[in-house]
Amino acid sequence: MSYLEYTVKSVPTGPRKILYLNWPLALLLATVACIGFLMLYSVAGGSMTPWSEPQMKRFAVGFAMMLGVGLVPIWFWRNISVVAYLVSLALLVAVELFGSVGMGAQRWIDLGVMRLQPSEVMKITLVMLLAAYYDWLPLARTSRPIWVLIPLAFIMVPVYLVLTQPDLGTAILLIAAGGIVMFLAGVHWAYFAAVAAAGIGLVTAVFKSRGTDWQLLADYQFRRIDTFLDPSTDPLGAGYHITQSKIALGSGGWTGRGFMQGTQSRLNFLPEKHTDFIFTTLAEEFGFIGAISLLGLYALIIMFCIASAMSNRDRFSSLLTLGVAATFFLFFAVNMSMVMGLAPVVGVPLPLVSYGGSAMLILLLGFGMVQSAHVHRPR
Amino acid sequence: MKRPGRDTILSHKRINRRGLILGAGQAGFLGLLAWRMRHLQVDQADQFRLLADENRIKIRLIPPARGQIYDRNGRVVAENVPSYRIMMERDEAGDVDAVIARLGRLVDLDPDEVEKAREEMRRSGLHPVTIADRVSWEELSRVAVNAPALPGVRPEVGLSRRYPMHEEYAHVVGYVGPVSDYDLEKMDAPDQLLLIPRFQIGKVGLEKQREEMLRGKAGTKRVEQNAAGRVMRELDRRAGVPGKDIQIATDSALQSYVHARLSGESAAAVVLDCQTGDILASVSAPGFDSNLFVRGISVADYRALLDNKYRPLPNKAVQGVYPPGSTFKMVTALAALEDGQVLPDDTVYCPGHLEVSGRRFHCWKRAGHGNVDLMRSLRESCDVYYYELALRTGIEKITAMAKRLGLGVEHDIAMSSVSEGLMPTKAWKRAARGEEWVIGDSVNSAIGQGFTLASPLQLAVMAARIATGREVKPRLIKSIDGVEAPTGHGDDLGLNENNLRQIRRAMYAVSNNRRGTAYRSRIIEDGYRMAGKTGTSQVRNITAAERAAGVVRNSDLPWERRDHALFVDYAPADAPRVAVSVVVEHGGGGSTVAAPIARDITLQALYGGPPPLEAYPARDRPRIQTQQKKLREQQLSRSGKLDDRA
Repeated sequence: MSYLEYTVKSVPTGPRKILYLNWPLALLLATVACIGFLMLYSVAGGSMTPWSEPQMKRFAVGFAMMLGVGLVPIWFWRNISVVAYLVSLALLVAVELFGSVGMGAQRWIDLGVMRLQPSEVMKITLVMLLAAYYDWLPLARTSRPIWVLIPLAFIMVPVYLVLTQPDLGTAILLIAAGGIVMFLAGVHWAYFAAVAAAGIGLVTAVFKSRGTDWQLLADYQFRRIDTFLDPSTDPLGAGYHITQSKIALGSGGWTGRGFMQGTQSRLNFLPEKHTDFIFTTLAEEFGFIGAISLLGLYALIIMFCIASAMSNRDRFSSLLTLGVAATFFLFFAVNMSMVMGLAPVVGVPLPLVSYGGSAMLILLLGFGMVQSAHVHRPR
Repeated sequence: MKRPGRDTILSHKRINRRGLILGAGQAGFLGLLAWRMRHLQVDQADQFRLLADENRIKIRLIPPARGQIYDRNGRVVAENVPSYRIMMERDEAGDVDAVIARLGRLVDLDPDEVEKAREEMRRSGLHPVTIADRVSWEELSRVAVNAPALPGVRPEVGLSRRYPMHEEYAHVVGYVGPVSDYDLEKMDAPDQLLLIPRFQIGKVGLEKQREEMLRGKAGTKRVEQNAAGRVMRELDRRAGVPGKDIQIATDSALQSYVHARLSGESAAAVVLDCQTGDILASVSAPGFDSNLFVRGISVADYRALLDNKYRPLPNKAVQGVYPPGSTFKMVTALAALEDGQVLPDDTVYCPGHLEVSGRRFHCWKRAGHGNVDLMRSLRESCDVYYYELALRTGIEKITAMAKRLGLGVEHDIAMSSVSEGLMPTKAWKRAARGEEWVIGDSVNSAIGQGFTLASPLQLAVMAARIATGREVKPRLIKSIDGVEAPTGHGDDLGLNENNLRQIRRAMYAVSNNRRGTAYRSRIIEDGYRMAGKTGTSQVRNITAAERAAGVVRNSDLPWERRDHALFVDYAPADAPRVAVSVVVEHGGGGSTVAAPIARDITLQALYGGPPPLEAYPARDRPRIQTQQKKLREQQLSRSGKLDDRA
């Protein structure tokens, strides 16, 4: 029984709640989204279609949804988290069975109005479930092996389903987000140290095995790793994306080439310029100043979330807020690392900027719950 | 208000602590991202900016217009005409086979050309290649109209060489053709232009000799390309330098007449202007159509040219060398006169042969000429007189005189394979043959047989130099871009004027004295009379047995064993304007075959068009009249045919 239930009376009620929403956070999210509209307008060659306008409509819906979710009491979201998790798990299985095949992978269910990506939904519901789990679990049991294995199972089941799609990027995000929530809940250091050691050991073993009889990866997989480590070895093949992306970024310089003046994106040298690689266009056209500004906005969003979580003494609320923030962080950190050549190319969009409906809606849903936690925090 | 439980406070503290640790980790990672951004965008900005420009900016060459070639009267000899072609780019076409199949329904595609284009596309994906050259305007429009169905295909207008006179200038001007790998291998640092597939360069003749001048300098344009290689816009352009226009010294009307007059023979003729050395005409017959080579000649056509026994390809006028025969006698005579070995009135007795170190050298007249002086020796072309002069003068002096008169030296004109000919010396024979010079060699050389070889151009130069006493130099290029080239007027040769006058008198007698060897081919119009010399050079040895049985007549011999017929002349005899040489390969006798041709050419050159019949001896006029009519018809029908083709 959490502390929350005893203090509901101090929580604002009715329309007054609107005043208690985390407005700075909402404003920051809207600002980032506006940068997204601008970039989508630019990569379309100065046109609202085909990307900028639909993105605006979706954001408007998502933003309204975020505020709506924020007004619903946080305990409602805590209470439905198990159901939400089970539903998204069911959707993942469904996509496995009936999903459409896009980009060589089964990822979405066509709802008619929009395409639903269950793996996106899972990113939020997993965080919800883990937060609810640790809210329920007595503190003393947090680091007991059996109570560590249960949330591990919560994480690994959807990860397995996502991997079979196959979608490595989402799988990694799920593991990282889940791991972060477990870490925040106070699971003992030793578990993380053990996992880290095992991971390093595995990577070493994989590389050591290369060229021997017991080689752990296929040759083509090794070649992909090579291409990531040194894109110049395959400048027209897999290395092409990353090379062109770095050229676009680098040629921006301090102040960039000016709005709609980026030659790399305008002349189609950039791949996926409206989705995963949209950051390169921003960096090319607005330079280091533009890129670092976006990074700063993202950092502010994370900071507001952390501040909100730290002022909130409800366990579920804090864990959920930090978990959503961590997911958000993982999105843009992985995306930026990828386009800057720090990480291999895995399909992770730049949150709120890349063109794409379900990822944005799900994120805004998550931030809606962050708003709810903020409004309904015990005072 | 209830106070929070102990558990709650503990948990709150722990979450806050771990949250701060996580936040610190995230801040660290953000720092890493910012550092990386700075590294790429600030530290390496210049380098990446360069790479971005390399990506998008491509430099394309603009081929310059090739210089045109005109004759002395401004008539076009080689010009550039727009040629329509269809280009194809593999990357834009996508499915190459399907596009080619669709294109084939609109345009007549040559299977060889398509195969060549496919091969070129396989090698270079981004460069457009020619898939159909020289298509008609109708075909081009059909392709343009259907452009949406033909991705990667685009019609293009370029310039292509055209020779409006077709055959007549084939040897002088030569031709251009697509640059080949072989051409490129021969060059150290080929011009970027030459790397354009099928760029046309001069292959032979003036086109090759003045290639650099005619080609000009390429301009460049910088274009912006997208990732697919499609040109988005032109950034700037630097104009090239067009090739220089060259005016050559020839007179196309005369060139055309000479070409027609020589048709049917394997022959060559050169007409020089005695004052300037201008090559008024230089013809090698038979000719070939230079236009055939411009886009690469077909194997069948080329084989036909190679298999022709009259050898149309080499330029016999400057490249072909022949024993000059009796036309060489002026050289021997001048050498002896200058050396003081003989006086014009000295006589030599000709019994029909001369015995030299045990070998018998025959005069062409078996019965002999009796007592012969210089005048008679040239007029009646007595061989024995010159055998005697050779014995007195020696080969070295004869060869030296030959070289002063332009034989055995390579004349500097812008044609291919200009031959040096051969004027032998003792040292030459030792070096080339490894044998000592024998006196018989001198005797043979004296009448232009043996080792001596000369080209028709050299013989014409010799005639011009005898006529003027100056070192006349042949000149092909009259002006370049309107700037007059130095003339070949030449300085005085320093020969004794009296000796020259004796030679000229004798040459005048050759074609004007009743007993002269070319009397039948005389010009009777006063003021246009010519001075000439016949020559008949053997291409076989006449054995003693054959001589005893009677020399076989030329008309009874197979073509390739008959004698070469030669004639050199200049006219008018008293104030020389033109010098002419004619060589008819295996034509028979100089007086019967070469002299009439040379006379007709000389008259044509002097009158600047068809001469009046009055210039011919009365007896010949009916024959000449029909001949002129025939030639005119021939020229007319040819030019009519050419217009159809053009």
